[in-house]
Amino acid sequence: MNRLTLWFHRIGSPPTFYRIAGALAPWCFGVAIVLGAVALYGGLVVAPRDYQQGDAYRIIFVHVPCAWMSLFAYIFLAVNAFIALVWRIKLSEVLAMASAPIGAAFTFITLVSGSLWGKPMWGTYWTWDARLTSELVLLFLYLGVIGLHHAIEDRRQAARAASFLALIGIVNVPIVHFSVNWWNTLHQGSTVRLMGESHITGDMVWPLLVMALATHIWFFGSLFARARVGLLELEGGKDWAREIALADVARETTVAAHG
Amino acid sequence: MADFLSMGGYGAYLWPSYAVFVIVLAIDALAPRWRRKRVLGEIRGRLKRREARGATP
Repeated sequence: MNRLTLWFHRIGSPPTFYRIAGALAPWCFGVAIVLGAVALYGGLVVAPRDYQQGDAYRIIFVHVPCAWMSLFAYIFLAVNAFIALVWRIKLSEVLAMASAPIGAAFTFITLVSGSLWGKPMWGTYWTWDARLTSELVLLFLYLGVIGLHHAIEDRRQAARAASFLALIGIVNVPIVHFSVNWWNTLHQGSTVRLMGESHITGDMVWPLLVMALATHIWFFGSLFARARVGLLELEGGKDWAREIALADVARETTVAAHG
Repeated sequence: MADFLSMGGYGAYLWPSYAVFVIVLAIDALAPRWRRKRVLGEIRGRLKRREARGATP
């Protein structure tokens, strides 16, 4: 085994990952909250009013980063689901299952904020347009993965079955992304482009990008926190998990004693 | 201030969408804490039952 594989195996061992993730998660949450606050200030105060949509366009600063995250989380879920199915790596099963509820949360925010944006701009909260419908299907896929994972008693079999469902669902990701180009939708096309010029001014784009960075970091904070619990659940019979469970109750009684 | 809150008349759409964003992500951060408490309690419960049966852990 070469050094890289060795390193990978060490990181991937549940107690080691549990420790590292525990050290990283609070930092992720902290940095994400600070960046998020900066982005909200930029979006609500600094960015100028849109000439056409007035102040309503400011919904973009939560809607678009969450929409990006809804796809990012699904790709992360599918990659880990693939690794879990092919190489049967326990950590990948845990990471895949941990990313599903976070993705569902971002998808939910995308749908709600989008519909609140649609009412004043399009005159309707909802329309069965390709972008909106495929994003709703994305939410159902997340809920399906979570539901299947909860429905099967054996935790590892449950994770593998849900991973399989997640892999089938990956066809929906390009449909969501390209729906505004493939079909004539009410939803507008991309505003921010990686290649070529964005259709948005600098004062508006920086809060958007800072918020996108904040939500990505938040995703990893939540992922680490959730993966830690997933590992504890999966390895509940092992010594390292028992030690943590016993230390936890010892700490609680100390806090209670010292008031 | 009132001007800021009204958001050019779009406050009724803007603020709820920001509220949903903050509330849903707050729940997202708290959910693993609640589940962690439950999982650790379950592990301790299994240990206790095992001790009660007199088996070596």
